[in-house]
Amino acid sequence: MATVSGVRRRRSWKGWQFVGPFMLVFALVFLAPIGYSIYLSLYRNRLIGGNSFAGLENYQRALQDQQFWSAFGRVALFLVVQVPIMLFLALLVALAIDSGRLYGTAFFRVTIFMPYAVPAVVATLLWGFMYGARFGLVGNIDDALRITLPDPLSPHLVLASIGNIVTWEFVGYNMLIFYSALRTVPHSLYESAEIDGASQFRIITAIKLPAIRGAIVIATIFSVIGSFQLFNEPAILKPLAPNAITTFFTPNLFAYSLSFSGQQYNYAATVAIVMGILTMIIAYVVQLRGTREG
Amino acid sequence: MTTALRSSRRTQEMSPTGTGPARRKRRGSVTLTVLTAIMAVYTLVPLAWLVFSSTKTQDGLFTSFGLWFDGGEFALFTNIKDTLTYDGGIFLRWLGNTLLYVVAGAGGATFLATIAGYGLAKFDFPGRRAVFAVVLGAVAVPGTALAVPQFLMFAKLGLTDTPWAVIIPSLVTPFGLYLMWTFTTQAVPDELLEAARVDGAGEFRTFFRISVRLLAPGIVTVLLFTIVATWNNYFLPLIMLKDPDWYPLTIGLNAWNAQSHTAGGQAIFNLVITGSLLTILPLLAAFLLLQRYWQSGLAAGSVKE
Repeated sequence: MATVSGVRRRRSWKGWQFVGPFMLVFALVFLAPIGYSIYLSLYRNRLIGGNSFAGLENYQRALQDQQFWSAFGRVALFLVVQVPIMLFLALLVALAIDSGRLYGTAFFRVTIFMPYAVPAVVATLLWGFMYGARFGLVGNIDDALRITLPDPLSPHLVLASIGNIVTWEFVGYNMLIFYSALRTVPHSLYESAEIDGASQFRIITAIKLPAIRGAIVIATIFSVIGSFQLFNEPAILKPLAPNAITTFFTPNLFAYSLSFSGQQYNYAATVAIVMGILTMIIAYVVQLRGTREG
Repeated sequence: MTTALRSSRRTQEMSPTGTGPARRKRRGSVTLTVLTAIMAVYTLVPLAWLVFSSTKTQDGLFTSFGLWFDGGEFALFTNIKDTLTYDGGIFLRWLGNTLLYVVAGAGGATFLATIAGYGLAKFDFPGRRAVFAVVLGAVAVPGTALAVPQFLMFAKLGLTDTPWAVIIPSLVTPFGLYLMWTFTTQAVPDELLEAARVDGAGEFRTFFRISVRLLAPGIVTVLLFTIVATWNNYFLPLIMLKDPDWYPLTIGLNAWNAQSHTAGGQAIFNLVITGSLLTILPLLAAFLLLQRYWQSGLAAGSVKE
């Protein structure tokens, strides 16, 4: 990966003129906070006694914390259900658009991508309004059909409702990643397969999907990271569904509440680090599995 | 396969408009179109709801069907006027803040990612491998996991509650760096740089005079994606800013919504809805107008495994 294109040039420090500014800011906003988190997680801060070294005490606490594991379980469930649905839909649309057999290809490509440009705040407010029984669409349907639909913001449905919002936001983005990858597959491959009498389904499974495996792995990793970081949608829906969304609904919401309502910065940093490590492990496993099966 | 071979294949295969030379026109399929249209309807319903709702008064919202106009009154223009003037015109202040964060944050991030990606692709320097390892590793670190220590550090520096607290963290985009690196590798031929060096041009002069033009589609792509990221940023300003005067639109809209849901707070759902519409229009317009660029730029980025 780290090879210079074309002819190898002699090594010199010149490149740092270009890379230096990025790395300077990167060190300030990425590396320093990571180091600071690790430092925080190893200390405790008490009203009496002040700041003192705590060893792995915070980590022990996190690993035994019911609230942390319930938050983790929730995003894990979200990951297992929402991510496959979203990526599957994205793949179907990408294949449909790439097939060249749609009427209005350009319209579909742009339309389905559009929600990506909508801020998570607006997307969540929008769906939050529509979920509402007062002046939302759910309320309209209830009135029109004289029925009572299950409340999308009730405790047992709210996670699915959030899944719907996230799917709406990112289906188009993932579709575009898949579509861009499909466009680079040489079409002569399909044509000779067609001449040999291969069915469309066979062409998809035998040629197209293997060809875009790299893109599928990347999209999966982004989605894994996104699921584990889930924050905006539940945080913004919280005023609408105060009983369904707790302060420890997701690990990020938990860390946020610990810091900014509880002033427990040391423990919040620990929770963030544990989540970061779990995320990296799972992203790494996805990458290994994705590249091995070739 | 060597990189040089790959990039030549790529440039042949990818024309930005979407109809490659090898693409034969096929017979359209009604079934497939209908199935895809279902997806498009799912995408459009919330946006349609937003457009219809922005034409309604606060009362009209409660009494009319969501996906059609309110028979009584067409209040779009009143709503826009009210949104822009409510609370001493705070919405315009938020819009100005958002523009500041976007211009400084996304502009700066694109500039840094472009020169760094160029440096990685075209120079060999001590520590190059380490830069790769660190930056690519950082992509896997959950961004929000950094937010708490970032907040504490900025608090110590006395920068919280100032625009710097939002702008500085926005300046780094590992994904943008990755895109620019892959893009430079295929768009700027080494021979061109060698020729410029033989002519005695300095590296920066060569970059700004020659390379920038070749990199334009990649730069537009990174710019668009960083604009979306900063325009839509919620978590970072949420923790960094307390003073409503520095809010971006996202935080401001959420504050209006929270106010509407609080007992005793003035309910201004119509302003939340109209404000939401005004917030997304500029970005949708930018994406529609520049689609030729970002579609080809993304394609370039997705090829490299």
